[in-house]
Amino acid sequence: MSDNSSTARGYAFKYGDNVDTDVIIPARYLNASEASHLAAHCMEDIDPDFINKVAPGDIIVGGGNFGCGSSREHAPLAIAACGVSCVIAKSFARIFYRNAINIGLPILECDDADSIKTGDLIEINFSTGTITNQTRGDVYKTQPYPEFMRRIIEVGGLINYIAINAMGNEK
Amino acid sequence: MGLTATQKILAAHCGLAKIRPGQLIEARIDLAMGNDVTAPVAIREFNKLDMGVFDPNKIALVPDHFTPNKDVKSADNCKFMRDFAWSNNIAHYFELGEMGIEHCLLPEKGLVAPGETIIGADSHTCTYGALGAFATGVGSTDLACAMATGKLWFKAPQAIRVVLIGKPQRFVSGKDIILHIIGLIGVDGARYMSMEFCGEGLRRLTIDDRFTIANMAIEVGGKNAFFPVDDVTIEYLRSRVDRDYEVVTPDDDAVYERELVIDLSRLRPTVSFPHLPSNTKMIDDAKGTAIDQVVIGSCTNGRITDLRIAAAIIKGKKIASHLRVIIIPGTQSIYMQALDEGLIKSFVQAGCVFSTPTCGPCLGGHMGVLAKGERALSTTNRNFVGRMGHPESEVYLCSPAVAAASSLTGFITDPADVSAGPDATNKQAEAAL
Repeated sequence: MSDNSSTARGYAFKYGDNVDTDVIIPARYLNASEASHLAAHCMEDIDPDFINKVAPGDIIVGGGNFGCGSSREHAPLAIAACGVSCVIAKSFARIFYRNAINIGLPILECDDADSIKTGDLIEINFSTGTITNQTRGDVYKTQPYPEFMRRIIEVGGLINYIAINAMGNEK
Repeated sequence: MGLTATQKILAAHCGLAKIRPGQLIEARIDLAMGNDVTAPVAIREFNKLDMGVFDPNKIALVPDHFTPNKDVKSADNCKFMRDFAWSNNIAHYFELGEMGIEHCLLPEKGLVAPGETIIGADSHTCTYGALGAFATGVGSTDLACAMATGKLWFKAPQAIRVVLIGKPQRFVSGKDIILHIIGLIGVDGARYMSMEFCGEGLRRLTIDDRFTIANMAIEVGGKNAFFPVDDVTIEYLRSRVDRDYEVVTPDDDAVYERELVIDLSRLRPTVSFPHLPSNTKMIDDAKGTAIDQVVIGSCTNGRITDLRIAAAIIKGKKIASHLRVIIIPGTQSIYMQALDEGLIKSFVQAGCVFSTPTCGPCLGGHMGVLAKGERALSTTNRNFVGRMGHPESEVYLCSPAVAAASSLTGFITDPADVSAGPDATNKQAEAAL
């Protein structure tokens, strides 16, 4: 995440526990992986109206085990392609977590995720790791990223991180 | 403080004597795998790196999800992957006639050995833990980095120790064991953790039972599964793996987050109801639910033992009218075995269809997609909303024996309630191997 994206602000779309990658992007659309194709079907089987309502900067909020199921990177890619600025959940399934970090989609683990409701206006400060619910006047703390993952997100994903390290090794 | 088997394998692959749970490490990869859904995304990321592949002999690419190509977009994806495989001299690219469902195919081809570290851009890569390897599912960008560097970052996992005791009753298979465990601990019960299996009950399990159990570790959020190497494992590896490998065992004082003891003798055939694999019922509470379609196959239950059990129940009978029964062998080799043993004839004469290997219907891709309001009973691994087709369709998960018995009646049926030949048991199927 670069300096100009160290904050995010948008409206929350709230879902429950165990949001799986099949409802984030159904497998019937995995015959292609272009961003516009994935964005057009994001969250289709859990919230068919999502793509008509979501605006750039908005935030998806889940309960526990967000992103469980298949390893499809198409899931975080679809979410990012809709302009979603961050996913907040009580916990994430591990492959979704890796994939989000690896493509540079900010995700935050937050014990208070259940306090956020659909339509709440949320502001996130990634530097301090705080989430402000402007609608309800609450402030939530999040789990900070380990240093290694913070570096990956800072350079925009794992591919950039590898490329930078490869250049470093050649010097 | 001792290490789990998984921690020992990972430590050996990052050149450390010890690692601690939660530690971020960079581990050497022995095999990196992708399929026609995940590899095209990985290849596009890989191409941004301006690096060659780290070792063309340690990459496997398997077109299995939307193959034989179901439409133009799928064909484009497969062609993109094939062109990459050819231009980079990828040793383990499997064209249609020699392919199979990746997690049935790679062990069969000898590409998995004990002690190895394998990543696959498919969540069910955890299947290979059945052979005492560390194997875990990752995403496409992970695959791209592994193909370029031969290394990948991991968080060293904690583990759940699963002790299997007792002897399973008739018609209780690996699928029933893992569905029972998923029902017990929930779909995030092993999130970020290894599931390490042990106990005297292991010797009752065929290698195919173990593949099925390891396969569904991801359905409890697990990072990987691990089975210790024993005579059954070595027998499976004998004709397939001729390179040296290291048999890893957990330390006696390994620290586990949690221990589960499963008495196999108390389990019954088990069914997962919509829309979570953890929504399990024993057959006595599940039977009677009417179904429209049965699928027997997938990376979970598409192996020869699975087909033998199903054929033993179906042979000489007719499937219920108005029911569609689709049977899919895991690999071309399993297809040939089923042909040689007359299993295909039994299926087709009963009114089933027998397909070429494909992941197809498991993920609602093709070859058996469900309409609105339809209900499938399937030996696959997930029953999420919309998994096999329309978001208002339903998927029930079960073993091949339950699927076969239900094929004869048109509703969920206890295999013990249909007259099956004496060979329709795990033990007999194993003896026939």
